[in-house]
Amino acid sequence: MPDTASQPIEKVSIVVSHGSLEGVYPGLIMANGARMEGIEASLFFTFFGLDAIIKKRMNNLKVATVGNPAMHIPTLLGALPGMSSFATSMMKKEIEKIDIPPVGEFLTMIHDAGCEIYACRATVDMFHLKPEDFCAEVDGVISVGQFYEKSAGGQIIFT
Amino acid sequence: METMTLAGKTLTLDADGNLADRNQWNEDVARELAAQEGIPELTAQHWAVINYMRQVFDKEGDAPSIRRLTKESGVDTKTLYQLFPKGPAKRAAKIAGLPKPKGCI
Repeated sequence: MPDTASQPIEKVSIVVSHGSLEGVYPGLIMANGARMEGIEASLFFTFFGLDAIIKKRMNNLKVATVGNPAMHIPTLLGALPGMSSFATSMMKKEIEKIDIPPVGEFLTMIHDAGCEIYACRATVDMFHLKPEDFCAEVDGVISVGQFYEKSAGGQIIFT
Repeated sequence: METMTLAGKTLTLDADGNLADRNQWNEDVARELAAQEGIPELTAQHWAVINYMRQVFDKEGDAPSIRRLTKESGVDTKTLYQLFPKGPAKRAAKIAGLPKPKGCI
C-alpha cells in the first residue's frame, strides 16, 4: 500500500446538507481554510443546505434550539417562541467577534478565493427552485454524478 | 533549531520552517524567501500585504485574518490569492518573517 499518511491533501469537495446556522458554518470554514492552505476546494449544497445559497434566506439562517442536546436548553424551553432567534443572535455576535463573516459575505470571500460553489440538481427540482433564487457565487446546478466527476482525485467531506 | 543561509545571513527557523526571530528579517531576506515559495518578484501589492502583516503582528502578536487583511491592506481576496497562489495566509506570513498564523479564518 502507498504511504498516504505523509501525503498532503491537495483537493477537497465539501457537501453541506443542513440549513441551520451551525449546520452551514463548519463547511464554509473548512472550504475557506482549504483555500488558505492552497488546497483546491469546492462546495456542494444539498437538501436544506441550499438555504445557505438562496439569496433571500442565506443571511437569516437560525440556530436549532430543539433536538440539539449540546445547546443545554431543555427541548420544551427551546421550543418557546423567540428562543431560536435569541440563540441565533447570540451566536452571530460570537461569530463576528472571531472575524468570521456573515454567510453572504463569507460565500463571496470563499468564491473569490477560487472555491467553486454548486447546488444539487435533485434538491433544486424537488423544491422547485429557479436560477434567480441563488446568489451570484453559485457556479451551477449539478447532478450527483457530476459532483463525483468534479471530486475526482480529492477527498469528499460530508457535513 | 535549524538554520538556513539566505541573503548572506544565517537565519534560525522554527518548527514550521518560518523565521524564529523576526529581527533577522529584512527586505532582501523577504525576496529570497519569496523566490523559494515560487514568487520570482515581489510587487508593490506583495509589499503592501507583507508590511501590513508585520504591522499587525508587532501590535497583536498574531497575523491578521484573511478577512481583515483584505479589508485593511487594500488588496482584495482575488488579488491576494493571485499574489500568493499556494495559500495566502501561510505563505505571506513566511515571507514576512512571521510564524504561521494561528487563526482559522
